[in-house]
Amino acid sequence: MIKLVIDGKPVEVEEGTNLVEAAGENGVYIPTLCYLKGEPCIGTCRVCSVRVNGNVTAACSVTVSNDMEVDVNEPEVTDMRRALVEALFAEGNHNCPSCEKSGRCELQAVGYETGMMVSRFPYRYPPRDRDVGAKHLWLERDRCIFCQRCVEHIRDRTSGHKIFSINGRGSRARIEIDVELADQMPPEQVREAMDICPVGCILEKRVGFDVPMGQRKFEVQTHRERATEGKSNE
Amino acid sequence: MGRKLVIDPVTRIEGHGKVVINLDEENQVADAKLHVVEFRGFEKFVQGHPFWEAPMLLQRICGICFVSHHLAGAKTLDDMIGVGYSTGAMITPTAEKVRRLGHYAQQLQSHVTAYFYLVVPEMMLGMDAPPEKRNILGLIEEDPALVKRVVALRKWGQELIAVLLGKRMHGINSVPGGVNDNLSAADRDRFLNGDSGLLSMAEVMEYAQDGLKVFRDFHEQHREEVDSFADVDALNMCLVDDEGNADYYHGRLRVTDSDGETVRDFDYHDYLAHFAEATEEWSYMKFPYIRELGREQGSLRVGPLARVNNTQSYATPMAQEALAEFKAYSDGKPNNRVLHTMWARAIEIIHTAELIEQLLNDPELQEDSLIVVPDEGAWTGEGIGVVEAPRGTLLHHYRADEAGRITFANLIVATTQNNQVLNRTVRAVSERYLAGKTEITEGMMNAIEVGIRAYDPCLSCATHALGQMPLKVSIVDAAGRTIDERVR
Repeated sequence: MIKLVIDGKPVEVEEGTNLVEAAGENGVYIPTLCYLKGEPCIGTCRVCSVRVNGNVTAACSVTVSNDMEVDVNEPEVTDMRRALVEALFAEGNHNCPSCEKSGRCELQAVGYETGMMVSRFPYRYPPRDRDVGAKHLWLERDRCIFCQRCVEHIRDRTSGHKIFSINGRGSRARIEIDVELADQMPPEQVREAMDICPVGCILEKRVGFDVPMGQRKFEVQTHRERATEGKSNE
Repeated sequence: MGRKLVIDPVTRIEGHGKVVINLDEENQVADAKLHVVEFRGFEKFVQGHPFWEAPMLLQRICGICFVSHHLAGAKTLDDMIGVGYSTGAMITPTAEKVRRLGHYAQQLQSHVTAYFYLVVPEMMLGMDAPPEKRNILGLIEEDPALVKRVVALRKWGQELIAVLLGKRMHGINSVPGGVNDNLSAADRDRFLNGDSGLLSMAEVMEYAQDGLKVFRDFHEQHREEVDSFADVDALNMCLVDDEGNADYYHGRLRVTDSDGETVRDFDYHDYLAHFAEATEEWSYMKFPYIRELGREQGSLRVGPLARVNNTQSYATPMAQEALAEFKAYSDGKPNNRVLHTMWARAIEIIHTAELIEQLLNDPELQEDSLIVVPDEGAWTGEGIGVVEAPRGTLLHHYRADEAGRITFANLIVATTQNNQVLNRTVRAVSERYLAGKTEITEGMMNAIEVGIRAYDPCLSCATHALGQMPLKVSIVDAAGRTIDERVR
């Protein structure tokens, strides 16, 4: 067992545990967006930033070690996480009221959890074209936060090739889809792609609002409750 | 030298507008207009969005009758995917009943709001009462017991919407081809039997009659003023069922004239063949009319008065009794008296409550057949949906490309249909209350607002406009100078 201190409280967790899980198991919520339990760390969003032995780092990229001192709910790093979420909202065009994912959107859920009321950064309102070329999938690029979950985890089941990719850099970056591979995706993988997207960027064509309001993922159980009850992947 | 009167903003309406009245040298009304001074642009910015998100986005145009917008949009999407009234492949009975129940719940709470919060203050406190008194707060002082009942009734409607659509405002239950949930037996029982802080159905039926009682008392005491306030001739239009009576969710569009004769009866999918729209540089709100009849003869009234005028009988007993009394008062002829719109709205509150009671007792609401999924080949890419919103006939029309991107959207809302009639009303009330008067009192100006409020106009929806819309009344002289102006 590994002994470490999280927010001043000594805890013990199994060796090899990811810091996000170690905190969750001990009732300390760390917001996440690109992180998926049990999958290799991507580390793109930095929303899980915490202080480890005095240095700010992404918790999802840390495996626990003995004598580690972790500060999660310390004011400076708490505000830093909120700022990162605000920046994601300011960088894209997010319109929760009409978005299919509202109520089951992780960005929205994390926005609530981090206490974001409004972005401190000016909204960029970037012009982003949607990609509707695939037969069953729709890319609503306004909502992409470049987490790369789809890039890493949704692959062609025969060849293992990536179906999604990021093209371009900086403010000109955009999510792309390999239409030929996408059109071979079985229906359950299409749904998996939509579900794995933490926002409403990847949509299954012609499917919307099938889950009633009030019964949606984060309306039933908050992001915090899921993380601290080991249900973040459910 | 003439004068210009300005009322800006018009108060206790949804949205923002102003009234300008021009008086000539003899203080006669030379011109009177209701200006809608905001623009919103929903039809434009929905373009490009996935079609299945369109009703969600477009219902945000209104915080009052969002269920109507949601349902008009849902019926449009049904058409687009090849389910629905244009194709004959109907949604399931349970889906239609769930939609209807949400629609009636909204009509109940919307009518109660419009009637008691916005109109009754004048009825109980007088048109000349000080502005700080003639509002819902003044009503609380005057009759707290009534207001408690009103609040409870409105809450009941809102709670029913919340249960059916997931939220009190801007929820979802309709999806292309049906609905995403039914009404559980437990929820049905809460609304039938009452719950902590929630009326029972029996109490709702009792409270729903308050509006008609208030109107009868008011009418009894002010019969001459109510009947002669303004008489505005117009065609009446609403959706009608197979028997030719108003249907709030579906039917054919029927237009009748001042003799009650049907002048048009058509499938709403053909609306473009029947309607034209005029525009004026002084307002963002368009003026629809029946093309062949021209703007003067072809302008329409929609909403409670039009529906009650077009309805010969209700299938529910209490509303039928009230309807018979209403019809008898005008010898069975269509009623053009503007203040009788309140009478019509009070009747519809009762009718809506009775319809809700019928549906809550219908076991089909608990069945699981909720959605019809057509073949992909059934996609039409174009749809038109019409419902009777609380304020009148509401039309949504969308087109989308093969991928499903919205390429076109047109919304014709009830208040837009009423635009010409609203302007006629402003003119008629001005002539009755302002013409020939050298001194214009606050009460006279308020009479114009009372005329506007009778229609419960939702200028925000109608104009698709942005920003502030208070009421302003101006009096302009013959040389174009503003002589008097009241701004709120």
